[in-house]
Amino acid sequence: MKKLIIALAASAALLGGFTSGAQAQEKKKVCFIYVGSRTDGGWTQAHDLGRQQLDKALGAKVETPFLENVPEGPDAERAIERMARSGCAMVFTTSFGFMDATVKVAAKFPDIKFEHATGFKAAPNLATYNSRFYEGRYIQGQIAAKMSKKGLAGYIASFPIPEVVMGINAFELGAKSVNPNFKLKVVWANTWFDPGKEADAAKALIDQGVDILTQHTDTTAPMQVAAERGILAFGQASDMIAAGPKTQLTAIVDTWGAYYIKRAQALLDGTWKSEQIWDGLKDGILTMAPYTNMPDDVKAMAEETEAKIKSGELHPFTGPINKQDGSAWLKAGEKAQDGVLLGMNFYIEGVDDKLPQ
Amino acid sequence: MFEAILLTVITASTPLVIAALGELVTERAGVLNLGVEGMMIMGAVCAFATAQLTGSPYLGLLGGVFGGAAFSLLFGFLTLTLVANQVATGLALTILGLGLSGQIGESFVGKPGIKLQPIAIPLLSDIPFVGRVLFAQDLTFYLSMALVFGIGWFLFKSRAGLKLRAIGDSHASAHALGINVIRTRYLAVMFGGACAGLAGAQLSLVYTPQWVENMSAGRGWIALALVVFASWRPWRVLAGGYLFGAVTIGQLHAQAFGIGVPSQLLSALPYAATIVVLIIISHNRRTTLINTPASLGKPFVPDR
Repeated sequence: MKKLIIALAASAALLGGFTSGAQAQEKKKVCFIYVGSRTDGGWTQAHDLGRQQLDKALGAKVETPFLENVPEGPDAERAIERMARSGCAMVFTTSFGFMDATVKVAAKFPDIKFEHATGFKAAPNLATYNSRFYEGRYIQGQIAAKMSKKGLAGYIASFPIPEVVMGINAFELGAKSVNPNFKLKVVWANTWFDPGKEADAAKALIDQGVDILTQHTDTTAPMQVAAERGILAFGQASDMIAAGPKTQLTAIVDTWGAYYIKRAQALLDGTWKSEQIWDGLKDGILTMAPYTNMPDDVKAMAEETEAKIKSGELHPFTGPINKQDGSAWLKAGEKAQDGVLLGMNFYIEGVDDKLPQ
Repeated sequence: MFEAILLTVITASTPLVIAALGELVTERAGVLNLGVEGMMIMGAVCAFATAQLTGSPYLGLLGGVFGGAAFSLLFGFLTLTLVANQVATGLALTILGLGLSGQIGESFVGKPGIKLQPIAIPLLSDIPFVGRVLFAQDLTFYLSMALVFGIGWFLFKSRAGLKLRAIGDSHASAHALGINVIRTRYLAVMFGGACAGLAGAQLSLVYTPQWVENMSAGRGWIALALVVFASWRPWRVLAGGYLFGAVTIGQLHAQAFGIGVPSQLLSALPYAATIVVLIIISHNRRTTLINTPASLGKPFVPDR
């Protein structure tokens, strides 16, 4: 229904465009495409929060229409194209699965600037932006190894794409830096958004003995299950403390707002360029939710690691690191190249799962 | 461990069974309502909202049932009174339900849910193993079991059920016999809506006690498919629903246990397994034909 209203509004705006051409100083439209609901409590909510900050900062010069619940796949192309035709000057597509659709639509509308989150395909009018989530995952791994009594954590994964695999590896690396025997169980839910299924995956992992849970899916359902079963867990994309006040250790909070403001400003100034941006903790594109439900020494360790990552002293993917089969990947002191990380399709040693190919 | 798995399976299967049973009655009366997903999500949001506003999960359950039934009335009015196309109206109902529920639920997002607590039946729940699994559940599970028995009895042992099936098989003949086709169909549609609403209430009060937009995530469509594959028999709906739930949960456990089978394959397993088994149990073409409501989805305009 909301989609319908927005669609109607969009087409009305398109018609209106012909009549109101005289108003030269019109607001620029900076549009957003969401994969989920903007109130999902996780991924999409974080993007929408960024959009709202943009609205607040540059509201006099830009409008920020959005489409939510756009499924990845053939429908996405139609939705993005509809947005483009409605007079957007700039379109942010905020899910990995929108990549090919965004590339296609960007080719059709060379005058519109596109920005695709977490992807790797760019064009002169298509930039990509991403966040180094793995930095936060590394800190989570360290906390998990300190807090887990059994040395065993559960990881609810969505789809076997590089971003998710990278997160699993970073978590395991962090954990192993504290406890070399730490084990990680992975369950693939094969969905970004299905509260029931995410809860089922959480229950399965807890029934199999994990006492720390982390997730790479979009809703607070796993956090809720963890709270109910009395184990600890990490939030994802948004601060999920409300779903587990005594459960959440910390959360990787995506803070896209500053980036959206920067890029919209560049558009207004005419300085926008297609770039492939990959910012991290130090740039403020992701932040860690307050470290809670843990003793002071663990909190101090987490804060120290966070500071080291920000200063550049620590790169989570620093050798020696072996691949899952025991073969060498990085030599001692060697840091992983960004390109390798962005295409990561293998596990490191210690992950107790077979990676779906 | 096995008990824990069974408990998770029951929670996952119950909404499918309840929604499918409701749709089964609707379809037995000859009405094809594809709006199960929409009615389910409306039930989920109404249940959550009612529970939040009154503080009682039981009133919430009631709210879900009424929400689903009221929403199905819209379908009834369009297809039975105005004789609109049932397939198109059902699809529209789903789209409308998903949007409307998001609008209604906007202020409830992120609120901690109120969980419907289990009721342990005295004595029975003390039986080792079986007791905890079967007799210490929440009300929705008991209702789902009561519905299987109740609908089985109603459809095949009661006079009113015979009339309802007669309408589903040939509305013209039933009409000629003096049965009020439209009224019965209204009731059947509302019963389907009430069941879908109850299933939705289970989602937002038991399964994952919270409100998230789109939280039904396609379960209404699975319920619809179950009805067809169960060849319109309540017991087969129960079997199909639980098989689907069991394989869904089983594959998650298999993954956590670390067996080396690709997870995409495992994720597809519930669908494949349920279809295969239900095809096998309904392979007899003649009995399948007898069970299929012959007037399903056909419009009816009384001639006098």
